[in-house]
Amino acid sequence: MEPISVITGQMAPMPRANVDTDAIIPKQFLKRVERSGFGPFLFYEWAYDEEGELIPDFILNQADYAAAEVLVSGPNFGSGSSREHAPWSIEDRGFKAIIAPSFADIFYNNCINIGLLPVVLTDDEVAKLSEIANDPDNLVTIDLEAQKVTTIGFEAGFAIEPFAKHRLANGLDNIALTLEHREAIDGFEQMRAEHKPSLG
Amino acid sequence: MTTPRTMYEKIWADHVVRDGGGTEPDLLYIDLHLVHEVTSPQAFESLDLTGRTVRRPDLTLATIDHGVPTTGRELGIQDPLSKKQIDTLVANCKKHGIELYDIHDIRQGIVHVIGPEQGITQPGMTIVCGDSHTSTHGAFGALAFGIGTSEVEHVLATQTLPQTRPKSMAVNVNGELPLGVTAKDVILGIISRIGVAGGTGYVIEYRGSTIEALSMAGRMTICNMSIEGGARAGMISPDEITFEYLKGRNYAPTGAEWDEAVEYWKSIRTDEGAEFDVEVHLEAADLAPYVSWGTNPAQTVAVTDAVPDPSEFEDALERDAAERALVYMDLEPGTPITEIPVDRIFLGSCTNGRIEDLRAAAAVVEGRTIASDIHAMVVPGSGLVKLQAEEEGLDLIFKNAGFEWRDAGCSMCLGMNPDILMPGERAASTSNRNFEGRQGRNGRTHLVSPEMAAAAAIAGRFVDVREWN
Repeated sequence: MEPISVITGQMAPMPRANVDTDAIIPKQFLKRVERSGFGPFLFYEWAYDEEGELIPDFILNQADYAAAEVLVSGPNFGSGSSREHAPWSIEDRGFKAIIAPSFADIFYNNCINIGLLPVVLTDDEVAKLSEIANDPDNLVTIDLEAQKVTTIGFEAGFAIEPFAKHRLANGLDNIALTLEHREAIDGFEQMRAEHKPSLG
Repeated sequence: MTTPRTMYEKIWADHVVRDGGGTEPDLLYIDLHLVHEVTSPQAFESLDLTGRTVRRPDLTLATIDHGVPTTGRELGIQDPLSKKQIDTLVANCKKHGIELYDIHDIRQGIVHVIGPEQGITQPGMTIVCGDSHTSTHGAFGALAFGIGTSEVEHVLATQTLPQTRPKSMAVNVNGELPLGVTAKDVILGIISRIGVAGGTGYVIEYRGSTIEALSMAGRMTICNMSIEGGARAGMISPDEITFEYLKGRNYAPTGAEWDEAVEYWKSIRTDEGAEFDVEVHLEAADLAPYVSWGTNPAQTVAVTDAVPDPSEFEDALERDAAERALVYMDLEPGTPITEIPVDRIFLGSCTNGRIEDLRAAAAVVEGRTIASDIHAMVVPGSGLVKLQAEEEGLDLIFKNAGFEWRDAGCSMCLGMNPDILMPGERAASTSNRNFEGRQGRNGRTHLVSPEMAAAAAIAGRFVDVREWN
């Protein structure tokens, strides 16, 4: 996981509520056993028609937005299934952050775990950013350390849990962090009440 | 006297390996990790690459459900990608000593059906799985939630998960359910009130006399769809109905251990006077058989209602979502729900694929025939559910009516196997999600109870099941 400090890049506006993980990465692409290579299938059924032809109007198919690195969308982004393939596909497509008024819980955690920065702003702030993003030349800057989003005529702070921020800023492996507490896990297992279930 | 606590607070406290002290997440011990073929291969691969091992294979159970075909299994798995994914799980389980209910095992089935069926799912446990419908297991008074693949790897390696404590929400439903109103309608009714993100950041406990009167199957249906209201976990305090269900199951304790377990399970019930961060109240009498009309599970109306007019939605994003949904669903505002014809019927899934669901649907179907041009199928939630149904003769009722009788799996709930809707096809489905493309590209899903799906199969359109009784 690459450490994140400051992200500066183009925004892609997708002003829709409840963008679900089935839309982000449809199920036919979940059969792969690899972790990478999901980018071409991102929003597949919005990006390609039934014949597999590119739908030119779709925001991510527009040449002006080909280099977008920050997705700006509506509330409850990433709802539905727990598939981590969803943030994988967004990341694989070159995005480094998603800005929305709210995220689904599992999706949010998945983003933190893979180093894709989820940024929560207010409805009004996201609406304004979305408008600014309509001009593809307007770049946005997200400063994780300062917890601040800035672009032309726009500045907003955002909240993030200190531990999640620490992990993202340092690119830390969560499992390695937990294994530092191996003795605590050993101790817990020893003291567990006998009738706690076991698959035996 | 100690401060009254909710069940969720008690279970959480009982599983804290390391207190994060408010600045870090708590490290929670995980009692049961359920694994399936779709969200685990990358976790196992990463485990291998980092030279780590599975800490507690004995607390891990795997099955194959998402990608399995539900017919013609004797021919093997035809889809090469699904085959590779399934073979990968088989190899990973063998390598790490994890028990697997594979495609030839009668216990194979949907991961959220087999846990309770085997009695592995028990009150007071923490249960995770790389699947958002893990909330199902909360029906037993367990803290159960879906996780992503990175977290699957984390649990495999450490048997723990760092978790920030969610808030608590009580959803109180009181009164006797009106005729024809099922557990599915209760949860659809709840979601339409709280919204698809109303439970985000919360663990829900379903309470009240309506919930207490439900069977375990009904309770599982309700907890199953917690995630459709945004909540990662939904729970119900364990009681005599819970204990009765568990007694004698394969993994349930026996003898003195059973008595001890029941004592512990009773102790985790929410205390009188415990406070929740949010309380929601519903009256059972206000609920009806529901049919979803849109592309998210909060977009539902009573079967006696009509497709709503998007212009009536005050919120701009909701209005936009409704307009978009009606285009996708090819529905006109004002159309009575009972005038919507259907092409396909799907009876199954982790929401409604249990024996009780099949019995309820069979009671509607018995002695009748499905409408012409309808393609209807029953996909039992597990091999054992299928066997039980066959022993009761339910398979014959369905087959005689014109339904296909299939093998167990997730099937058309998400269409990762060959069971999908064709573009433009409209389904009455007992599953949990009506998202765009969920059951097949440009397929149109209406979420309903098993009884309502069965009645729609006979009539060829939605009907008010109450008029059939």
